[in-house]
Amino acid sequence: MAKGRVAFDRDLCKGCGLCVSVCPEHMLELDTATINRKGYHPAHVVEGREDDCIGCALCAVMCPDQVITVEKF
Amino acid sequence: MAVVFQRTAGLTDAETHYCPGCTHGIVHRLVGEVLVELGVLDRAIAVIPVGCATLAYDYFNCDVQQAAHGRAPAVATGIRRVLPDRVVFAYQGDGDLASIGTAEIVHAAHRSENITVIFINNAIYGMTGGQMAPTTLVGQKTTTSPLGRDPRLAGEPIRIAEMLAQIPGASFVERVACDSPPHVKAAKRVIRRAFETQLAGEGFALVEVLSTCPTNWGLEPVDALAWVRDHMIPYYPLGNLRDPKKDAAARGGVRPEE
Ligand SMILES: Cc1ncc(C[n+]2csc(CCOP(=O)(O)OP(=O)(O)O)c2C)c(N)n1
Ligand code: SF4
Ligand code: SF4
Ligand code: SF4
Repeated sequence: MAKGRVAFDRDLCKGCGLCVSVCPEHMLELDTATINRKGYHPAHVVEGREDDCIGCALCAVMCPDQVITVEKF
Repeated sequence: MAVVFQRTAGLTDAETHYCPGCTHGIVHRLVGEVLVELGVLDRAIAVIPVGCATLAYDYFNCDVQQAAHGRAPAVATGIRRVLPDRVVFAYQGDGDLASIGTAEIVHAAHRSENITVIFINNAIYGMTGGQMAPTTLVGQKTTTSPLGRDPRLAGEPIRIAEMLAQIPGASFVERVACDSPPHVKAAKRVIRRAFETQLAGEGFALVEVLSTCPTNWGLEPVDALAWVRDHMIPYYPLGNLRDPKKDAAARGGVRPEE
């Protein structure tokens, strides 16, 4: 059972990777298969790792562009 | 299930023009969150600088006045004195505050104007293409110090928080950083204290925020955070220098509402 859930407003993402670097579960990455509206590789959850989120919101705390919404269960 | 993090109403929905990973965006969010949490967003007025944050009139979800380069504390002084029921803050970079605007910030602190100043120290002039700032570190390469800052030519980097903390009217002065989640969370608490100082009529409050400029530092955004930690914090120590709560010498300044 996942303890948390993250959602990315991916068209706002600038692909800076700050969220990726601070996630304690190492469950985020830049999606190099995608280019968003702004022209960046947006951050997303590594496939299959959705349930590893603990809802700590550290990713969102470091996001300069308010891309991330975090829920905790 | 509870939403534990979402966009703040303290900022507009506008997408910022800041470079990827630039921590100006983090500081904007912290200010927006604090204004909402203190319940003062509808009576807040931002005074914004010349620099990368010039376009912040589109970002802060309150009234905004853009000031001439370095003059934000003077403009904020005028607004706060004429509209004493408002919550007025200046948001300034280190080229703006620590270089061309040194006179304004020193005298606003001396008068203990009842304003809050958010001072972004990113050790460089961002907007104009990465020139040396008064805060540029010794040895740091910029477009105007291509061999690295030489203190024999340019002096030692200026520690604004320590300099202003000497001034009796500088009621609240603290330095924070944006390099890690714990530091960002601490920065928010400090920004909140700086606004509470104004709300209590206790005079001038300034928060110096160590921030990144990945573009002009020539670093990836994640490496720029490490540069703040490894190079900036050792020279610019974090911590509180003045707080009216603990500092009997601090005094409130002009408070026309009284
Ligand atoms: C009177 C005047 N002098 C010089 C400039 C050029 N100028 C624009 S922004 C800036 C400095 C910006 O650096 P900083 O305040 O550190 O803000 P940042 O862009 O790094 O956020 C300068 C010198 C100007 N606009 N007006
Ligand atoms: S909330 Fe915490 S665990 Fe979940 S993605 Fe963000 S940083 Fe990782
Ligand atoms: S921190 Fe924000 S802007 Fe940067 S990659 Fe993550 S979601 Fe995108
Ligand atoms: S130039 Fe530097 S300070 Fe300006 S937006 Fe880009 S990274 Fe931020």
